[in-house]
Amino acid sequence: MDSPEQNVVASAQLPKPAALQHTAQDAFATSTGTPIFDAKGISIYYGSFKAVTNVSLTIYENEITAFIGPSGCGKTTVLRTLNRLNDLIPEARVEGEVDYRGANLYGSGVSPIAVRRRIGMVFQKPNPFPKSIYDNVAYGPRINGIRNKGKLDEIVERSLRQAALWDEVKNRLNKSGLGLSGGQAQRLCIARTLAVEPDVVLMDEPASALDPIATGKIEDLMHEIKSQYTIVIVTHNMQQATRVSDRTAFYSVLVNPDSDTRTGTLVEYGPTQQIFEDPQDPRTQAYVTGRMG
Amino acid sequence: MTATEQPAVDLREPAGWRRTKNQIATTLMALSFVIVLIPLGFVLFTVIAKGASAISWSFLTGGPIPPNVVPIGIGGMWPAIYGTLVITGLAAVIAVPLGVLGAIYVNEYGGRGPLAQVVRFMSDVMTGVPSIVMGLFIFSIWVLHFGYSGLAGAFALACLMLPVVIRSSEEMLKLVPDPLREASYALGATKSRVTLTVVLPAAIGGIVSGALLAIARAAGETAPLLFTILTVTATNANVFKGANTALSTQIFTNATQPYLGAQARAWGAALTLIAIAFILMIVARMVTARFTRYSR
Repeated sequence: MDSPEQNVVASAQLPKPAALQHTAQDAFATSTGTPIFDAKGISIYYGSFKAVTNVSLTIYENEITAFIGPSGCGKTTVLRTLNRLNDLIPEARVEGEVDYRGANLYGSGVSPIAVRRRIGMVFQKPNPFPKSIYDNVAYGPRINGIRNKGKLDEIVERSLRQAALWDEVKNRLNKSGLGLSGGQAQRLCIARTLAVEPDVVLMDEPASALDPIATGKIEDLMHEIKSQYTIVIVTHNMQQATRVSDRTAFYSVLVNPDSDTRTGTLVEYGPTQQIFEDPQDPRTQAYVTGRMG
Repeated sequence: MTATEQPAVDLREPAGWRRTKNQIATTLMALSFVIVLIPLGFVLFTVIAKGASAISWSFLTGGPIPPNVVPIGIGGMWPAIYGTLVITGLAAVIAVPLGVLGAIYVNEYGGRGPLAQVVRFMSDVMTGVPSIVMGLFIFSIWVLHFGYSGLAGAFALACLMLPVVIRSSEEMLKLVPDPLREASYALGATKSRVTLTVVLPAAIGGIVSGALLAIARAAGETAPLLFTILTVTATNANVFKGANTALSTQIFTNATQPYLGAQARAWGAALTLIAIAFILMIVARMVTARFTRYSR
């Protein structure tokens, strides 16, 4: 049996998917791979308040897609729609259709539990469980019914290695996950998400509470794992979006002067380089050049 | 090279009304702490001073409890110690699981729904019901039909413990941060999984100490037991049938007697009861520490 380390090396040597190969002739052309998410004109409500309106975009396999935009523009709300985490808020409601690999995420009979087992999430603030480091990572596999100690050991080691945390914690796996530094705790949360081998990893500003070194480690690890996962990341940091993402979606806020309410909407979506170098919408241009927000 | 000399800055609190207010407030707080300690210290001192002489191995393990006129040294309190442990234990077995499950319902499942609001409101009302009324309640619905028993006493104590357990457990569950629940949901956990594997373990330390506090409080209750277990002098091993006895009721019946032997037995029983509560508190601390070893 291959050791987990060899597995990681082997997968890193795989040829990059076609979607990642930019052609020299047209710097902005990103050939399209398999669509993972296809949102068609979605609006999201909290009670009668319309938080997000008219978002349509397609997210492709093995790409990193960044959501950027000013505060309150609905980036996180849209992200949480993709794994039905907004279901936890009783008044939240989605209009329109979100397809995940061809299936309507909000179709009748769709179980949010089954959705979330395929679509994992890393949160803004590191939120390790008050359990040991080992139990944190083994949590997901255990709820999926894996009880075999050897198998769990293997998953825990593989996930911690993928999250570049193994060397730092291998001698204290039975210590509390709350004893880790902020950057380590966030990588533990990433390892916990990777342990269930999701199809997609959603990241909600995963580095906003971290220093530049820890941020760099998380960005490196995103590059490491994207050959195996599709990643959607919300970020306030535009440099981060340019460093890590293949595509960028720029969201902005529509202010309704009659009711004084603010509704987020998708302004522009395209290859990251295009969004930052040749934005089509004046609002995007103002934002990425730092004249707004 | 010496730096330019400059006069030292005066960083002390300047004299004036602000400083005076600070001193007054500090004194008042220290004073109220001492005032709070006085009754506690006085109670402990009196009970130990008057009760310690009554305590002996035969007092703790012997029985039956002798008639009032008999001087101290004959018989023992074992029937009452046994009754207190068994009746309080049975009450805890009834009230703690019910209370914790109720709190889980109210906080995790019911939310703002009408049933959760009703449970919350009723447990608040129940907290305010005097313990003697609980005794009367069990007397009228249970004792009148099935007679006195330890079980009836346990029911009355459970009624007293239940609202305390519900409210203290609910407060502990509220303290579990939502991001922990979300992290579990995001891994594909079902609601029951989230509750059992994340929320309860995170709150269990507080829930256990809240429950043990309620148990210790119930162990000292007298009024509800007078109506439900009556009081006997011999050990009644069957908690489900026949009149029983407890330390609290023995303190009550013995202390109201003019005989020195009975009064000494009351003081001894009081000291034993305090000791039991004290041991329970230590166990509570140890259990809490054990359950929360990962939360630091």
